Amino acid sequence: MANRLACRGITATVGVAVLTLGAVACGGTGSTTADQAANVDCKPYKKYGDLSGKQITVYTSIVAPEDQPHINSYKPFEQCTGAKVVYEGSKEFEAQVVVRAKSGNAPDIAYVPQPGLLQTLVRDTKAVKPASKGVVDNVDKYFGKDWKSYGTVDGAFYAAPIGANVKSFVWYSPKQFAKKGYQVPQTWDDMIALSDQIVKDGGKPWCAGIGSGEATGWPATDWMEDVMLRMYGPDVYNQWVTHKIPFNDPKVAAVLAKVGSILKNPDYVNGGLGDVTSVASTTFQDAGLPILDGTCFLHRQASFYQANWPEGTKVGKDGDVYAFYLPPINKKFGKPVLGGGEFAVAFSDRPEVVAFQEFLSSPEWANLKAKEGNWISANTGLDIANVDTPVNKLSVQLLQDPNAVFRFDGSDLMPGEVGAGSFWTEMTNWIANNKPDKQVLNAIERSWPK
Amino acid sequence: MSWILDASTTGEKLLVMAFAIVLFAAVMAIILFAVDRPRRVPNWLIALAFCGPAGLMLGFGLIYPGLRTIYQSFFDRTSTGFVGVDNYLTIFTQEGFQIVLRNTFVWLLVVPLASTLIGLVYAVLVDRTRFEALAKGLIFLPMAISMVGAGIIWKFVYEFRPDQQGVHQIGLANQIRVWLGMDPHQFLITAPWNTFFLLIVMIWIQAGFAMTVLSAAIKAIPDDIVEAARIDGATGIRLFRHVTVPAIRPALVVVVTTIAMGTLKIFDIVRTMTGGQFGTSVVANEFYMQSFRQFNAGIGAALAVVLFILVIPIVIYNIRQLRLSEEIR
Repeated sequence: MANRLACRGITATVGVAVLTLGAVACGGTGSTTADQAANVDCKPYKKYGDLSGKQITVYTSIVAPEDQPHINSYKPFEQCTGAKVVYEGSKEFEAQVVVRAKSGNAPDIAYVPQPGLLQTLVRDTKAVKPASKGVVDNVDKYFGKDWKSYGTVDGAFYAAPIGANVKSFVWYSPKQFAKKGYQVPQTWDDMIALSDQIVKDGGKPWCAGIGSGEATGWPATDWMEDVMLRMYGPDVYNQWVTHKIPFNDPKVAAVLAKVGSILKNPDYVNGGLGDVTSVASTTFQDAGLPILDGTCFLHRQASFYQANWPEGTKVGKDGDVYAFYLPPINKKFGKPVLGGGEFAVAFSDRPEVVAFQEFLSSPEWANLKAKEGNWISANTGLDIANVDTPVNKLSVQLLQDPNAVFRFDGSDLMPGEVGAGSFWTEMTNWIANNKPDKQVLNAIERSWPK
Repeated sequence: MSWILDASTTGEKLLVMAFAIVLFAAVMAIILFAVDRPRRVPNWLIALAFCGPAGLMLGFGLIYPGLRTIYQSFFDRTSTGFVGVDNYLTIFTQEGFQIVLRNTFVWLLVVPLASTLIGLVYAVLVDRTRFEALAKGLIFLPMAISMVGAGIIWKFVYEFRPDQQGVHQIGLANQIRVWLGMDPHQFLITAPWNTFFLLIVMIWIQAGFAMTVLSAAIKAIPDDIVEAARIDGATGIRLFRHVTVPAIRPALVVVVTTIAMGTLKIFDIVRTMTGGQFGTSVVANEFYMQSFRQFNAGIGAALAVVLFILVIPIVIYNIRQLRLSEEIR
């Protein structure tokens, strides 16, 4: 017995030794990053003062490998002020950030991708700090009024807009269009005529996919929002998003019917992917790919979809794929643009955190980040020359176009029960189970918190 | 001393290792030394030493959160305003939640019975055959796979590709359908049948558990009973119905109730395979969605309480049967 015990002790000791070694080996790599931005002009950073030895934690939903451009974009700030930015990304960000804020373990800065989540954080956790004067000045100077309003909750401004994306795009293949003699449509009617032409030529014009794990359904909500903006304009859009008109209003029903005339039209969908129900089962990442095979011609999806094209795909006006602006329905409302973005929220008012939040709202950072590639912002101080791809350039043009009416993704502005709940699930049921329009809208209306 | 936390050179790392080993040995030595020293210790201290930590942890980790959840279920989404039974009313009256409750009920009804039945039949069929060990191993294997792993495996089995030129099926189930001359089917989309395709996964996992326990119970039936029955002329199905099943009844009940409790908590499979979409959500999944996606603490807590209430009778029945079977022995 004694022998066996001793033996066990040795095994345990060895086990601990191995574990320790493992931990040591893990900690050994990395840390010293190359000083690639050796000669940075520190002049714009003077106002932040000396922050040597200070540390700022950043928490976001962006995980490896997409996090590296973010980490790189902080380097000049770190170099000039001496502060250290600790980046942490998590796929469970949306749930965790609220839990962390509630339990008093909030990060210094969080990138919040939805104004609805910002409202939850402000109202439910009371841990969010109002934006400093520097941030407010930056936002007033470089962002449109509407962008400031998305960072505002109950009259107080909290969150500086950072990144942006444009959702009102239809992806197509310029090569296929040239081969078949199709033209990029300028109006909605042109687009429908083109769809009918493609059907006549024996093709399926549209491909779509709303699959996205637990968030399944969001691409269909984007469709609704884009069509709402085009049919009834930005004012009715606001009323709809803020529940000034009920969700089963005849106007909303008309919008849903219009969306259904494409997404639930068996002649139009689902090119290369199956029948109407395959719209529900296809993930949004895969949904546009049939364009490359020529089995699909039109795919409505945001600017960020360009990351989903396989390597070697040429994106551009004369390339394999490109995007055109989803055409207007009613001329009266000009050129509405639907988009999204994320916001930097501060949970601390320590000077280094305030300085960093101000830095994130500055044009310096927007340009630094854009140079890292595949990223845009609604910051008007962003120089379009620093933006990389043609679609991103087009997006920045739309965002900075004074004639374009920008509206934020409506489901991100609605209360979580609807915007991240019933709106998604009911749109999914609408497609997957062919649930009638009326029942869909009534169900969403009933779920709206009183 | 900063090298202990932040070792950078090989020498320092070796030192850290040596330090860890010495520390471990020291702690073990203290414990062994303390254990080996006989001393008069009052009885209550021993009782406290054994029960205290467990009691503390149960109180802090189970009872307090349980009571707090029940309390929260009567409050609104931020746990600030009292709303009475409104959360429960919402759960039982809103269409979306009714589907959730219905699905949970279907799971609870089908999975334990189907798993137990399959496990039982399988255990009887392979009992005392030449391939018993191999056959049992095969059906037991899925038990070793995590729910998430099983969900992903079966998601691939059900994977759908359209019936179009140049498109190949990549899912086994749809490939079999195509071979049989049928059209590929959207297994995970079409309600209400998609729930059944999900619970097949759970049955696949749990049948092995049922088989193992029941097989042991069957082997424990005294030979004289079986022999007496045979002499009386019972064979095959009659032997099974009138001798085998009654003899293993306590084991059957334990298996059914244990699987039922596991099924009530089902979350991983649904979340991995459909995310609760397409009308497949169950209570545990909806609880997570409400609490951590829509931040509605009230409804989330109420769903947890509903789950708690559903599981209580099964637990009580399970424990009573366990006691009964022990008394018989």
